[in-house]
Amino acid sequence: MKYLSEFRDEEIVRTLLGKIRKCVMKPWNIMEVCGGQTHGLVRHGLLQMLPEQVRMIHGPGCPVCVTPISLIDKAVELALEHNVILCSYGDMLRVPGSTISLQQARAMGGDIRILYSPLEAVSIARQNPEREVVFFAVGFETTAPPNALSVEQAYREKLSNYSILSSHVLVPPAMEAIMSDSETKVDGFLAAGHVCTVTGLSEYVPLVEKWKMPIVVTGFEPVDLLEGIYMVVSQLESGEYRLENQYRRVVKIDGNQRAVHLVNSVFEYRDREWRGIGEIPMSGLFLAQKYSDYDATLKFGPLKERSYEDSGCLSGDVMKGKIKPHECPNFGDGCTPVNPLGAPMVSNEGACAAYYNYVAQDSKE
Amino acid sequence: MCLAIPGKVVELQHTDDQTNRPGKVSFGGIIREVNFCFLPKAAVDDYVLVHVGVALSKVEELEALETLRYLKEMGELDELNPEPDRQGD
Repeated sequence: MKYLSEFRDEEIVRTLLGKIRKCVMKPWNIMEVCGGQTHGLVRHGLLQMLPEQVRMIHGPGCPVCVTPISLIDKAVELALEHNVILCSYGDMLRVPGSTISLQQARAMGGDIRILYSPLEAVSIARQNPEREVVFFAVGFETTAPPNALSVEQAYREKLSNYSILSSHVLVPPAMEAIMSDSETKVDGFLAAGHVCTVTGLSEYVPLVEKWKMPIVVTGFEPVDLLEGIYMVVSQLESGEYRLENQYRRVVKIDGNQRAVHLVNSVFEYRDREWRGIGEIPMSGLFLAQKYSDYDATLKFGPLKERSYEDSGCLSGDVMKGKIKPHECPNFGDGCTPVNPLGAPMVSNEGACAAYYNYVAQDSKE
Repeated sequence: MCLAIPGKVVELQHTDDQTNRPGKVSFGGIIREVNFCFLPKAAVDDYVLVHVGVALSKVEELEALETLRYLKEMGELDELNPEPDRQGD
């Protein structure tokens, strides 16, 4: 058992596709919230194999895509004007800011380092006591515990040269915002398995009850994705709505309470702007008062007024499921992964990058 | 960003530091250092889900086998009781 190849088994994939085809009668819109799931669906060619009644809508679960442009501008400013060592996950570097990207800032001499883990940023801070080290802490609930851990380590060691630029967002408030948007029609959700690995399932119960829709916590391999879709379609066709957990081998009902506890101690919940979407109430994590010394916006000055953005990028419409990536007039022409107008064409979790790299256009439409 | 992959625990240290419990995990032979402070009960040879250098969950073999067994049986049952395939409707 290695937990990857078994869940890519061709025979099981065929079985599940047959089950979905036999079960589905009416057309349904199902949103996979997480960009990792979008890439799984596209990369494995599953979108084209689904019956046409099953319409997958790609959600906003791409942290890089929803990070406000003002934060990218701040990161660029920290690297170029404050001479900090700016550490970031790699996805963030090519995302356009309002003037330049972090990658361009690096070419201009900024000390910008791509890291695998925020804990490496704490190590860099230990090793460079004369330099300020800022970690660009982007992510959803999955990434919040490791990022919180980096702050807790720095706090306990009294490392005064470490801080984070926090752009943390939460899935359930975004699902609520999507359901409340009258232009978006979603019948059921695949909830993001790795988010629930941390938080557990309880936050999704009120959404199921309020909107009377199925939510199935789902993994990322082809078998996981198709089983999750089958579970949602089965509920929809029988007029039921429940919270179910397809990804039981990883997601426990209570999640990881140690991780949740640390996140709730290091961060507090506030309203947050999502790039392309707008402000969503109580959808962001910000450093709590006790940890304010580690907040880069307090240390180096606040974000500028909302930065100007007029690139022609329709990321908000893509992330709310109003258009498919290839329906954007700039797709593949004015906007490519090499010269992106917006973040969804850059990130490994962005829907536009998935379509560009794997299908170029959705053959169904 | 939420990419997290399963790997096998090959080494674990025991420390009193609540923010740092170092260990090593093999991802198909590639060994990486992983912090286990959120998974105090993890043991060598367990499979764990790792995200940006931090172990977040133990992968439960029984649940995985159960899921696979159920799905394989579902396929075998379908072969025994072929229903009309509505593909192309």
